[in-house]
Amino acid sequence: MCSPHRFGFFVRSLMAAASSLAELRAKIELDLRGRVVSPFNYRDRNVFEVVSTGIPSLDAVVGGWPRGAMTEICGPPCSGRTSVLLSALAARTAEGETCALIDARDSFDPAVASAAGVALEQVLWVRCQNADQALRATDLLIQAGGFGMVAVDLSDVAPKIVRYVPLNAWFRFRRAVEDTPTILMVMEQEANAKTCASLVLRLEARPGEWSEAGSSRGGCDFLRDSMGRLFRGFEVGADVVRTRVQDVNEVMAINQFSSWRTAGFDAGAGSRLERVAGFKAATNWSEVRG
Amino acid sequence: MKFEDKKGSINVVAPASCRHFLSVVKKFMAFACIYIAGFLVQAVARSEPSLRGDRVALALLSGKAPLWNVVAANAAAVRAGVQLGMTKAQVAEFCGVEVRHRAEAQEKATHAALLDVAWSISPRVEDTAADTIVVDLDGLFSLLGGDEEIARVLMERVMSVGVAPNIAIASNIEAAILVARGFSGISILPLGEEAARLGVLPVRVLSSDAEILETLDRWGIQTLRGLAELPVLQLSERVGQRGVLLHELARGARVRALVLAQSSLTFEEEMELDEAVEELEPLSFLLGRLLDQVCARLESRALAVQTIRVLFELEPSFEKDVQSLNDESRKKTAPREFTKVLTLPVAMRDAKVLLKLLRLSLQSDAPKSPIQKIRMTAEAASPRTAQSGLFVPRGPDPEKLELTVARLGKLVGESNVGVAELIDTHRAENFRVARWTCGAIAREADGRVRKGSRKRKAAAGVYAEDSHALTESVAKLSPAGFRMLRPPLVANVEVDGESSRRPSRVSFSGMRGDVIAASGPWRSSGEWWQEDGWDHDEWDLTIDFGKKAEPREQKLERIGLVAMNVNVHRRTKIPEPSPWPRHGVYRIFYDLPRKSWFVRGFYD
Repeated sequence: MCSPHRFGFFVRSLMAAASSLAELRAKIELDLRGRVVSPFNYRDRNVFEVVSTGIPSLDAVVGGWPRGAMTEICGPPCSGRTSVLLSALAARTAEGETCALIDARDSFDPAVASAAGVALEQVLWVRCQNADQALRATDLLIQAGGFGMVAVDLSDVAPKIVRYVPLNAWFRFRRAVEDTPTILMVMEQEANAKTCASLVLRLEARPGEWSEAGSSRGGCDFLRDSMGRLFRGFEVGADVVRTRVQDVNEVMAINQFSSWRTAGFDAGAGSRLERVAGFKAATNWSEVRG
Repeated sequence: MKFEDKKGSINVVAPASCRHFLSVVKKFMAFACIYIAGFLVQAVARSEPSLRGDRVALALLSGKAPLWNVVAANAAAVRAGVQLGMTKAQVAEFCGVEVRHRAEAQEKATHAALLDVAWSISPRVEDTAADTIVVDLDGLFSLLGGDEEIARVLMERVMSVGVAPNIAIASNIEAAILVARGFSGISILPLGEEAARLGVLPVRVLSSDAEILETLDRWGIQTLRGLAELPVLQLSERVGQRGVLLHELARGARVRALVLAQSSLTFEEEMELDEAVEELEPLSFLLGRLLDQVCARLESRALAVQTIRVLFELEPSFEKDVQSLNDESRKKTAPREFTKVLTLPVAMRDAKVLLKLLRLSLQSDAPKSPIQKIRMTAEAASPRTAQSGLFVPRGPDPEKLELTVARLGKLVGESNVGVAELIDTHRAENFRVARWTCGAIAREADGRVRKGSRKRKAAAGVYAEDSHALTESVAKLSPAGFRMLRPPLVANVEVDGESSRRPSRVSFSGMRGDVIAASGPWRSSGEWWQEDGWDHDEWDLTIDFGKKAEPREQKLERIGLVAMNVNVHRRTKIPEPSPWPRHGVYRIFYDLPRKSWFVRGFYD
């Protein structure tokens, strides 16, 4: 047993150490004030608030788009990336959120987006000419803050160019959206952001589905082949390449696969019903030509 | 009937039954007068803060060159020996005296600023003179407190617009004006003590009429007390009604109604430069000063800027000067002007943000010549509400976003940033890019949460409408995206036969594929009467590209042969599998006038 004198010394030493630790902690907090919110509080960076993707079958696999994190959607052309983007924009704008779309190669079609349910007046559209402009615009928009979703569409940029984007740019984007309600979605042909992306999906699509040719609509072969048909859509599959999205009660596993079907429509020349009208006009034209 | 109280008579004609009422009203009636001593000097110093205060001696010149004379000088200049009427050469001999020209535009702006301050306190304001404003304080005591509080608030607000005022509060308008002109700082004249307090003032505060002042001087009347002690009847016999009026003023007993001034929602500030400014940095410094003044005025009236218009008067170029020497008629041509208009989607009052927006706008489109004069006009509107609803998702800060949009406009071009608006046309590019209006979103966001969900449901309903083609289950599917190729790619298309024109093989951008399925032709034509009319036959095609799916340029980039300048045909092994799809659904069209095929885009 230690003597009361020694015990008192021990307690005093502990108290002195505790007070010096408290001073040290206060000093560190003071130094980091304005840069780090609470340096001594542990925060699990893998717990994100997730919101619906707008596609139920995709929600079932990935849980939704994580807020305050970067999501990469990659895949070759015609793999369904734009369909995913439109569903996400429609879901976010339906909730009244303001979104931004940085279009690296100016390939966004507002008519199709509107027909898909996107509230265009809530989407700030930035039409860029190259990847450099797109990355600069992304930086500006993320720093402005307040957006529900910032989508960067690098789909039509050659993969080699996107590969040259320095890793610190992706880190900066990730840090900028951290602790904000913004969903940063990057669409490209292959994943480049490495560990900066909290969720990486690779998409692939099956061949397009067409409605049956209208055999009774005309006498010519080409009419049966082409004029009575309509593009109905295609099936899209999504492979979860990487995920760090961890819901509070659920841990997502990688290499899960989800698939869903898209529905084709025509918004460029009006509604699909107008297309049927176009079919009739074309029939007359072909008869005249024939 | 003349109503008289204990202290003297006032010219209010009223029946006897109203006497008590009038005495009660008079007890609570109060007016404040804002008077700017040395108004001309302070107006100039307002735009040049370094000239403010009594330490800097400042003299103002006016007149036509070269006959400039001193028309105003501050106390420091008078102490230094500057006198009114001196010529420019005489003033130049004084060391340490700053000399400026009288600026009528700045006087007007200062006067407008004073009116704004007065309107910020009360809607009942009289525009008495350029340097004198009278405010009715009726009903303000419950809002701002007592006389002292009101006077202090007025003093602070006037100081915030860059001038030092004299503030006086009295029970009638004329007494308040006289006290403000006679005493510096804040003066409060208690009810019933008007004659006693005004008595010490010299008679020259009453009138600038030299004849009557000379008459009073001959009588030995130097102060208002002396004038007030004169018998009214004899005074009117000698000087006339003018004398009676002065007698009432001297006693502080003159009562009149307030002549109300009408407020305006346009705020104007102007600055004329001694030397023309060409570079953006010094110009932004001047713009910042003007914006500070405009925003201070707006703040005093709880308003914000909706549109700001800056008119730059440019210095005539050298070539024009030479021409004007030869041509007499060109000497009188109006100076060249350059206007910059900034229409804000949300009303704002942050001078720093406004300055950044102006700078960005000037960087993209700067005036071609040096600037001589700047005139800034702001159209005011009510400031936006910070919170439009409890259940509205938090959006971007409008001020910050406006700045971001301006920066984006500088990066990608102003026409390439905004909101897509659909146009009622069958043209392929059936949209226009409109200006981003965040304010409208904030106002309508609450309604849009519901409207957006309806819209989405309506969009899904598009598929469900036509029951013969699509079942109900299809209506629940997510929409297929479409990517436009701008401009459309030129394609080589092989058709089945001359009569059918059904595409069988398509090649574009180094890729070549067979058509597996086709839908079309869908003819679309319109606006043939215009130059950009269209006449197209559209096709939706499923194209199988086989092994040659990847575009040639992209393949070269991928395997790195472009940089190495290696013959492509000798290389057989490709290091990684091609990311380009074997097949895809493309939309191509045949342009009938140009007789060419183009690829409009693809489903993605």
